[in-house]
Amino acid sequence: MSKDRIDVRKTYKLFIGGAFPRSESGYSYVVNDHKGAFVANAALASRKDARDAVVAARKAFPSWSGRTAYNRAQVLYRVAEVMEDRRPQFVQAVQQSEGLSGSKAEGVVDAAVDRLVWYAGWADKLAQVVGNANPVAGPFFNLSTPEPTGVVAVLAPQRSSLLGLVSVLAPVVVSGNTAVLVSSYERPLPAVNLAEVLATSDVPGGVINILTGSAATVAPWLASHMDVNAIDLTGAAGDTALAAELEVAAADNLKRVRRAPAAEPDWTLDPGLEPMTAFLEIKTVWHPMGV
Amino acid sequence: MPTISTQGVGWDLSDATRSDAALRRFLHGLPGVDQVGAEARAAALGTRSIKTTAKAQALDLAIRMVDLTTLEGQDTPGKVRALASKAMRPDPTDPTCPATAAVCVYPDLVGVAKETLTDGGRRDSGVNIAAVATAFPSGRAALDIKLADTADAVEAGADEIDMVIDRGAFLSGRYLQVFEEIVAVREACTQGERSAHLKVIFETGELQTYDNVRRASWLAMMAGAHFIKTSTGKVQPAATLPVTMIMLEAVRDWREATGQMVGVKPAGGIRTTKDAIKYLVMVNEVAGPDWLDPDWFRFGASTLLNDLLMQRTKMRTGRYSGPDYVTLD
Amino acid sequence: MSIFEYAPAPESRAVVDIKESYGLFVNGEFTPGGGASFKTVNPATEEVLAEVAEADAADVDRAVKAARKAYDKVWGPMPGRERAKYLYRIARIIQERSRELAVLESIDNGKPIKESRDVDVPTVAAHFFYYAGWADKLEHSGYGTTPIGVAGQVIPWNFPLLMLAWKVAPALACGNTVVLKPAETTPLTALLFAEICQQADLPPGVVNILTGAGETGRAIVEHPGVDKVAFTGSTEVGKAIARAVAGTDKRVTLELGGKAANIVFDDAPMDQAVEGIVNGIFFNQGHVCCAGSRLLVQESVAEEVLERLKRRMGTLRVGDPLDKNTDVGAINSAGQLARIRELSDIGEAEGAERWSAPCELPTSGYWFAPTLFTGVSQAHRIAREEIFGPVLSVLTFRTPSEAVEKANNTPYGLSAGIWTEKGSRILEVAGQLRAGVVWANTFNKFDPTSPFGGYKESGYGREGGRHGLAAYLKGGQA
Repeated sequence: MSKDRIDVRKTYKLFIGGAFPRSESGYSYVVNDHKGAFVANAALASRKDARDAVVAARKAFPSWSGRTAYNRAQVLYRVAEVMEDRRPQFVQAVQQSEGLSGSKAEGVVDAAVDRLVWYAGWADKLAQVVGNANPVAGPFFNLSTPEPTGVVAVLAPQRSSLLGLVSVLAPVVVSGNTAVLVSSYERPLPAVNLAEVLATSDVPGGVINILTGSAATVAPWLASHMDVNAIDLTGAAGDTALAAELEVAAADNLKRVRRAPAAEPDWTLDPGLEPMTAFLEIKTVWHPMGV
Repeated sequence: MPTISTQGVGWDLSDATRSDAALRRFLHGLPGVDQVGAEARAAALGTRSIKTTAKAQALDLAIRMVDLTTLEGQDTPGKVRALASKAMRPDPTDPTCPATAAVCVYPDLVGVAKETLTDGGRRDSGVNIAAVATAFPSGRAALDIKLADTADAVEAGADEIDMVIDRGAFLSGRYLQVFEEIVAVREACTQGERSAHLKVIFETGELQTYDNVRRASWLAMMAGAHFIKTSTGKVQPAATLPVTMIMLEAVRDWREATGQMVGVKPAGGIRTTKDAIKYLVMVNEVAGPDWLDPDWFRFGASTLLNDLLMQRTKMRTGRYSGPDYVTLD
Repeated sequence: MSIFEYAPAPESRAVVDIKESYGLFVNGEFTPGGGASFKTVNPATEEVLAEVAEADAADVDRAVKAARKAYDKVWGPMPGRERAKYLYRIARIIQERSRELAVLESIDNGKPIKESRDVDVPTVAAHFFYYAGWADKLEHSGYGTTPIGVAGQVIPWNFPLLMLAWKVAPALACGNTVVLKPAETTPLTALLFAEICQQADLPPGVVNILTGAGETGRAIVEHPGVDKVAFTGSTEVGKAIARAVAGTDKRVTLELGGKAANIVFDDAPMDQAVEGIVNGIFFNQGHVCCAGSRLLVQESVAEEVLERLKRRMGTLRVGDPLDKNTDVGAINSAGQLARIRELSDIGEAEGAERWSAPCELPTSGYWFAPTLFTGVSQAHRIAREEIFGPVLSVLTFRTPSEAVEKANNTPYGLSAGIWTEKGSRILEVAGQLRAGVVWANTFNKFDPTSPFGGYKESGYGREGGRHGLAAYLKGGQA
């Protein structure tokens, strides 16, 4: 690249319903790298952006949850493929955001891609692992199967900008939920990059919506939103007051709440099933057996 | 074929019997029966508790509904005479004990039964004679033989003919053949001045499914049956509560559709008072109290009668009775 | 003779021995309560049955401490196979004393003896039997083997003993100890259950039963020593509980209200569908959270279904709960009766047409005739609010998609019914319905092996089956 050339910078926008709008409010905020140097202005999502994102997620839910599990697996796997394809971009974003060395940032990106692949594979196994045929004491066929909860609001972790992000997002959508994700406030750029990956892979618009900005500002609107079915408070880790406030608001329509941990977990550990089962409903169907 | 009013029904019943295909469409268009739900409902009705005055009423009613039956190769005139005596006076020690509705025998023994029941023609005991005809119990004979069998029984004095349907034809879907055979037998039930009522036996144990029982019920009613009857007693399972319930639903719906009442007769396997009362509860709650009458409901049974008599004695005396205190036949 | 009347067939009350007053069951003993006592009445006669202690905050504290101690010292460390044997014992004693339990349940609750005898009590025993077997097999549950600790459990009055079983059996099987509060109008069978725990020699403190009303329940939920809250009851209280535990580590399962659609297609097995409608809304006087309170019937058969339904409703026998031939018993309380009347009046005021089964109601006690409303639309309050009584709202639909839309058009999502003989339609519609339990060609079936619980505002968590263990093991869902 010529020294004389002025580089073309990217405008970082929100990702709602498959489109990249600026914040409805017109506000943005400064994103610095870990050393405090200016990197970009990110869109500052407003409550109306959150509202629009919920509408988009609700609209996408029937079709996404109605797809075959095999298809959802392939779509998520495709996201991993496209991410892998854009490794340098993600490595750079993680380095900027988290201040990691090049090799450590590469390790994070590798882990994030691998995690997506891992979750992709769960799509068509969940029902077998968490569902049951129930031997009721009578002439009935009785089957319990997991179904997605619906629209899930996700507060992405504040520190782990990519691996943490993928680790809270993938388990929500793999089972058929649609997501409205609020990224890390200080480290939003990997999330925007991910949005661009999503837009160029096969994820239908509205299935994943990504808002950059302040969880403290946006999350209360999501937590109290009557058309949101569940909320993951991971991004409020350590902020017990905010987490409690959001949990109270979530009670308005009895959202399923995945509580904030005391501190951000070690994202390299095996996640287990819980991140997925937290956003599943078990449906039990009875039918008589006769001739 | 009787006149069928189609008032209040969505179907034109006379059209339904125009061809095999039409009849098939009609019978398969009847609402299905869910086996588990039907059996659960029948079992629930079986938990009714019938006590004291209600039980006393039920016992006498059940006795009046019995078609006291003997259908054995070893039947003899002596056996049938004894049976007929028992039908007229089930409890010789108690003149208040009612007679049964009928005795049910093979056609060749109709004359013997009639002799006993009318005291050689001198009086009418009120006990009818039912004869099983149409190559009972398998129904496997040519139509003219079945009709001759029927005519013989009627001429010999039968008041009621219990015919069997051709299950082979039914199960292979030749519904019109079954229909026409019933129509023909019904015609044969009228011989000169004499006209017998027709009961149509489905042998539900061979039809297997409740859907088939419902279809057979409608088929027989459309063909002019006065009564629909579960079984010959020669095939297991014979009468059951759920099968009878399906038939009671059919006669109830038939009356809704046509205004005509048809009777129901479970036969075979009903041996205890407890069972009989369950059937009466079912008649009461499924078809309705109009059917609680020997004209519209019968039990095809033999040993049931003695159990009813023992229970009756228990109600009267407050003591449990024993087999030595009721007559064998 | 044309009418076959059933003579009264009363179940004997001699089998139960109701005491004049009852204390709290804490640490294996009956003790007096700190609060004012209250009376429990027979809703069929308004007769006062007993004086029952009310637990205050100090009692709750005492009970939680007893449960904690039992958890730490005895029940938590006990091998699963030993816990199992206690639960099997309890199951057997329930079977042995089944008639007594059934009669007491009917007296205190108002439900027909037929139901307490044939449904509630056998299912209670089965529930203990089922979870007993899990106690030493938890490593196969998928949720680990670590219990949560002390469970605070608050249960409703509609199935007093059955809800107790749904709460206590899995909690104990997993190694938790419990503090349970029965509803204030139906405390007696829970107190008899306490005696059963004594007969079973269950170690003191493993099961504690505190009687009382809302305040007692709140004190249990909010007690810092309670690790796990399980509640069955109204959505309103469920939300209050969700707020109360916000910001704590307490885990919660909620089994709340419902407004289930019972969908009848034109190709339904008609007689069974009518039975299913009746069972769906009139079983247990309609005091059932999963009751099929909205009948959605396809327009082409609506008239026929209604005719059959009314005829069938005419054979329902309403009256003395202890009469073995009673189908519909008493409304549980004066308060509930007032609510049913209020909502029914609103239904009429909003223009729906009311029809009640012709039946004579007793002069004392709390009674409401089986009732249906026609001409109901989704906008009517009787189509949206849980009435929790023998009142059915009838709506119609034209196409399967309209049926599904209407069925799902509610904040609730506990249960639903489908009636059709077409298999593929059942599977498709069952998949579309946002409800935790879908009964196809049947209704109101329960089994210990079958998970039960809601979507949306009908709560979260499952009771029954392997899934029911998740609520009581650390590795289960939060």
